[in-house]
Amino acid sequence: MNILKFIESLADESVMQSKGSRRESLGQFSQLGKNLALAAIPFGLASVSTSAYAADIPPTPSTPIGALQLALTLEYLEKEFYQMALDSGVIPLLENAGRDRKVFEQISKHENSHVTFLIAGLGGTASANFVPKPTFDFTVGGAFSPFTNYPTFLALAQAFEDTGVRAYKGQAGNLISTPDLLTAALQIHSVEARHASEVRRLRGLKGWISGNQRGAGMPAATQAVYDGEEVTLQAGYNTATLFGADAGSESYDEPLTTAQAVAIANIFIV
Amino acid sequence: MKNVVSIQEVNPSFTNRRNFLKISGLTLVGTSLLLAGCNNDDYENNPANQFPGVRNGVFDLGGGDFGVLTYAYALEQLEADFYTKVVNSSGFTTNFTAQDQAVLTDLYRHEVIHREFFKTALTGALPDPNTQLLPTLAFDYGTLNFSNRTQVLATAKALEDTGVAAYNGAGKLIKSPDYLLLAGKIVSVEARHASAIRSLINPNSKDFAGDDVVNGTTGLDVASNPSQILPVAGGFITTNFTAQYLP
Repeated sequence: MNILKFIESLADESVMQSKGSRRESLGQFSQLGKNLALAAIPFGLASVSTSAYAADIPPTPSTPIGALQLALTLEYLEKEFYQMALDSGVIPLLENAGRDRKVFEQISKHENSHVTFLIAGLGGTASANFVPKPTFDFTVGGAFSPFTNYPTFLALAQAFEDTGVRAYKGQAGNLISTPDLLTAALQIHSVEARHASEVRRLRGLKGWISGNQRGAGMPAATQAVYDGEEVTLQAGYNTATLFGADAGSESYDEPLTTAQAVAIANIFIV
Repeated sequence: MKNVVSIQEVNPSFTNRRNFLKISGLTLVGTSLLLAGCNNDDYENNPANQFPGVRNGVFDLGGGDFGVLTYAYALEQLEADFYTKVVNSSGFTTNFTAQDQAVLTDLYRHEVIHREFFKTALTGALPDPNTQLLPTLAFDYGTLNFSNRTQVLATAKALEDTGVAAYNGAGKLIKSPDYLLLAGKIVSVEARHASAIRSLINPNSKDFAGDDVVNGTTGLDVASNPSQILPVAGGFITTNFTAQYLP
């Protein structure tokens, strides 16, 4: 978990909810016994933040195996997140003629399959390349309540799916020497994009990302998922020329580096 | 529409399919040559070294990275042309919901941008774009009524799902990491489109990533080779072309 991002998210979330102050956010934060000591970190340190828990996963190597290991960790995260949500009852059964429940049952099914598929791709659980499931805290120390607050669940779901799309894309180059693995990764990548599009629509957004906008109602802590999406120059072609920067940036999803993807995952790893 | 390539009075999809059957054996050879490393003897016979261009009076997409990019350019031309006709159809503002119109307008813009991107990128990268750049293709949608919501959305769904499968299948054919990344940047947007169109057709359902496209066991989307895609897309493309150097 990146504690400074966490503090920032608390503060910004309060602002977005038009009530509560930074002080209250920190007050809420300080109630979390296990993190009490870290609450003393001054904000000025944010700019040099490299602090991390030992439980954080390290950046995976720039190899086909490393790509699958990162993918597996992200899929573990998604699998557990959706399973916990389905078990918790946070997803309304009757919302939109049952749409929401059907959507997340389908997404959950896919993430379960992806975990199984990637473990097999790494040679099974006994393989030296296998990486075990980390321990996740989707509340990020109590900051979020995704399993009792449906809008929060939806917001995190959007962040995870959009992260998945960008993270897989960032690993494509690491898989170029292994065509079959590359194809499989692309086949998962487009499924994550289908998911992302649908979750965004459930939240009332377009299915695609305009500029680096995380979208209405998204916690500021999720901005790292969208930073860098605003690119409008592709191989020398200005994609904003014809219809403006929004349409240009929407037309292309941008990759996340391994370090960026790992940093996002580590927010939820304890 | 002016084309420098010949337009032959044959069923393009039939012609293409026959060519694909003919070249499927060659493709395996080409792949193994690539894996083994190229030598001078193989150079001229290697599909990866075939530039796009007219052969025997017909434009061939070529092989290697330029072949894949030209193939993508052809598909983006089709998508862009389709949505251009959709948003300009007489019934667009009356037969489509506000949500339909918003989605289809975005898709129109995205696909036109993709098309113009490939045109610019290929023009800049091809050694001789005057002869190697795929011309503007001509299209015929048969009896498709562009003012009919059901028909338009069904066709859009087919085009977007086809686009996803095409890019997913083409990734492994690309040798340049930069081009691979560019294809990756586009394919996820195509998948976002496919999901959106599927939701417009059947909103309260799991169709956005339905079992008809995402394997229920593996969770994998479709990936198809050009030889599987072009007979489908070719049904709309009246400009004759071949893809003798793509698998």
